[in-house]
Amino acid sequence: MTPPSGSFLETKENPASAPTAAGPGVVDFRLGNGLTVVVIPDRRAPVVTHMIWYRNGSADDPPGKSGIAHFLEHLMFKGTKAHPQGEFSLRIAEIGGQENAFTSNDYTAYFQRTAKEHLGLMMEFEADRMTGLVLTDEIVAPERDVVLEERRMHCDADPGAQLNEAVQAALFTHHPYGTPIIGWSHEIETLDRQDALTYYARFYTPENAILIVAGDTDAEEVRRLAEQHYGKIRPRGAAPERRRQREPEPVARRLVVVNDEKVEQPSWQRCYLAPSHHTAAPGESEALEVLAHLLGGGQTSVLYRKLVLEEKLAVAVGAYYMGSALDETRFYLYGMPAPGVTLPALDAAVDRVLAAFLAEGVDAGALERAKTRLVADAIYAQDNQAMLARWYGAALTTGQAIRDVQEWPARIEAVSADEVIAAGRKWLERRRAVTGYLLPENEAA
Amino acid sequence: MNKPFATPAANGTVNVRELVTPRGVRAWLVEDYAVPLVSLEFAFRGGAAQDPIGKAGAATLLSGLLDEGAGDLDDQAFHQALDEKAIEISFHSERDFLGGRMRTLARHVDRASELLRLCVNAPRFDEAPFARVREQMNAQLRHEANDPGSMASRAWRALVFGGHPYGLPANGDVQSLAAIERGELKGLARELITRGALHIAVVGAIDETRAARLIDDVFADLPANAALKPISQAPFAGLGGLEVIDLDVPQSTIRFGRPAVSREDPDYIAGVVLTHVLGGGTGLSSRLFREVREKRGLAYSVSASLTTYDRASYLYGGTTTKNERAHESLDVIKQQILDLAHGGLTEEELEKGKKYLIGSYPLRFDTSAKIAGQLVHIQLEGHDPSWLVERNQRIAAVTMADARRAAERVFGDGALSVVLVGRPAKA
Repeated sequence: MTPPSGSFLETKENPASAPTAAGPGVVDFRLGNGLTVVVIPDRRAPVVTHMIWYRNGSADDPPGKSGIAHFLEHLMFKGTKAHPQGEFSLRIAEIGGQENAFTSNDYTAYFQRTAKEHLGLMMEFEADRMTGLVLTDEIVAPERDVVLEERRMHCDADPGAQLNEAVQAALFTHHPYGTPIIGWSHEIETLDRQDALTYYARFYTPENAILIVAGDTDAEEVRRLAEQHYGKIRPRGAAPERRRQREPEPVARRLVVVNDEKVEQPSWQRCYLAPSHHTAAPGESEALEVLAHLLGGGQTSVLYRKLVLEEKLAVAVGAYYMGSALDETRFYLYGMPAPGVTLPALDAAVDRVLAAFLAEGVDAGALERAKTRLVADAIYAQDNQAMLARWYGAALTTGQAIRDVQEWPARIEAVSADEVIAAGRKWLERRRAVTGYLLPENEAA
Repeated sequence: MNKPFATPAANGTVNVRELVTPRGVRAWLVEDYAVPLVSLEFAFRGGAAQDPIGKAGAATLLSGLLDEGAGDLDDQAFHQALDEKAIEISFHSERDFLGGRMRTLARHVDRASELLRLCVNAPRFDEAPFARVREQMNAQLRHEANDPGSMASRAWRALVFGGHPYGLPANGDVQSLAAIERGELKGLARELITRGALHIAVVGAIDETRAARLIDDVFADLPANAALKPISQAPFAGLGGLEVIDLDVPQSTIRFGRPAVSREDPDYIAGVVLTHVLGGGTGLSSRLFREVREKRGLAYSVSASLTTYDRASYLYGGTTTKNERAHESLDVIKQQILDLAHGGLTEEELEKGKKYLIGSYPLRFDTSAKIAGQLVHIQLEGHDPSWLVERNQRIAAVTMADARRAAERVFGDGALSVVLVGRPAKA
């Protein structure tokens, strides 16, 4: 349920494999029915990560049916005509595999991790459930209860999660990113078998899917197996269109407050509407990535140094840019006040530090360190095939190409100090943002 | 039925060498040049269980301060030095050990080694980071104060282990953290951070000579012997009881457990297989998942596993379910445990459980950091590298008779110690 963070991978620094236009060993191709395939070889352990991604997420839920993308993700484990009643899951368990799935704003993905010799078997089952899902009311009803319990557990019992939902709902007044991925309770309660099947028929098609295989395999083997299993799925002619209403240009600064008796540690957040990797002008999302790191990426960042170390107004503070999104996205600042510091005081202090940073410009050493860190992340990522697979999947389902992922370190290297400041001035404006306060029951904002 | 179908963990891929450095420090090494990085994982036996009386959280605070200034670098200078080369160094405190890890690009291994050497040999414990990190721990405590999951886990430990070190909060509480003095942490560091308590694994683009030099540079000058206080076998209280903690939330969060066989016990491996059948894995193969979630829709998550520490071993599980059906969920869980205790395990469940545990083992070894972590874990459990193969052979050898015997010993009369946080409807 948590989308991967914005840092991406693959660099020219890997001496083990000669750099090519396609990057170290990554190969992509398309099957005749339109299914996109990406292969990420990693020969170190005899295991594979097999993922199928669909280019639809909660932001594609029809009006009044919030939560249907996530609910269908649950129902996809229920069985097909050929493999009824959880046979897929039981088979995976039997071979010592692991499986799971996740739904995000922009995508839904399913994956298995197994010993490499089971890759064909995983494809057989996964291809089968792209079209063969069987649902009855007896299956759908208890699973809807499970989802409602999931929502109660992660949202309704947690005031911090309630604040997050309120901030998103306030930030996106028109675009569907303002609706929680899991859906609103009163709408989840109404989702039924027909809703699920209608949604399934619309989105679960070869043209809308991306197969990603990482691990101890190669393009030739993946192509052969993919043709055999996924290749026989009938094409629908075109991928379904994703039509989302665009968020209007924001004009009002907003404050949302959750008071709850369970809160003993107040917290603060600010969420700005900002362009994503997909919607940004060239270089802008890279500048936002560097900006987030400079402002709130660890203990040497500007906000941490000023507010935690020097002024001791906060015990924690950070920044995060969620660049991986199909439409306009979020840039976060967040913090926890030190004892005795009110949230309005922390709020004002953050604005003061931010304004000073944008006025004074970027320290050259700090800029170098930020880039070093972001580029090194790309090398560290090569150590983890499951993470690589997720990064490619998230990129390809949010409007990016493989080349975009591979050229990311070079584009980060190219970010200038002026571009960082320009991006901050343009996008970190109060009128573009919602501020959220989490407070104890009787404390006024 | 018991044909050994063991596929050893990454047989031939996790090629562990045991090395002894010129200065006599032992370590396990996996040389692998596929990605140009080096992962180092290490642990000093004796963690939060060694917290001084009345000072719960001391080891956690200590581990939070080891990377907050060392040698002639204060906290800011130290973090800037890490940033300059994108070197990662971190420490964490567990019940029985204080762990650390370092990750660096291979070309910066010398600098990483210097910085890590400072952390373990010359931590500064300056006043400012001491006050800051303690306040961050306090903030975390306040943050979790009314979180049902944190409340239930804490209360369950206190109920079961009482005043034993395992019953105390590893992250302390507001009073115990306030009682810790800076000077005491220096003393605790001298007691805990020693060669005698140390286990090390190095994985990545580094050869044996270079790895040995790295290890000697960092660890060889540490004091030889740890001054650990002995920890007694933990008690287990509250069996058959249910402690309800009132919290106004729509769900009941439940933690349950009972004593089980220790890691050294001949029935331990059979116990692992058995508890996997009860509540392990990722879904439908678990009885609790099938009965609580799949058939009845009572909960999103439900699981159970065999948890072991140096001085305790127990079945531990939990679920979160709507208040109206909390007692029903608990009854279903108890019924499944009793059924397994009374010989309800089927041949099919046993075989599938074994196959899962054997087949999934290689998935723990697919990144450098995971390999290094596993290798230190294996050392802490007292095994040598042959365990990488032997572990699956031992699972493969578990017979129905073994499993039945272990079921009687692990599940016994099925009595549980239970903590529930929420507002459950009357049973």
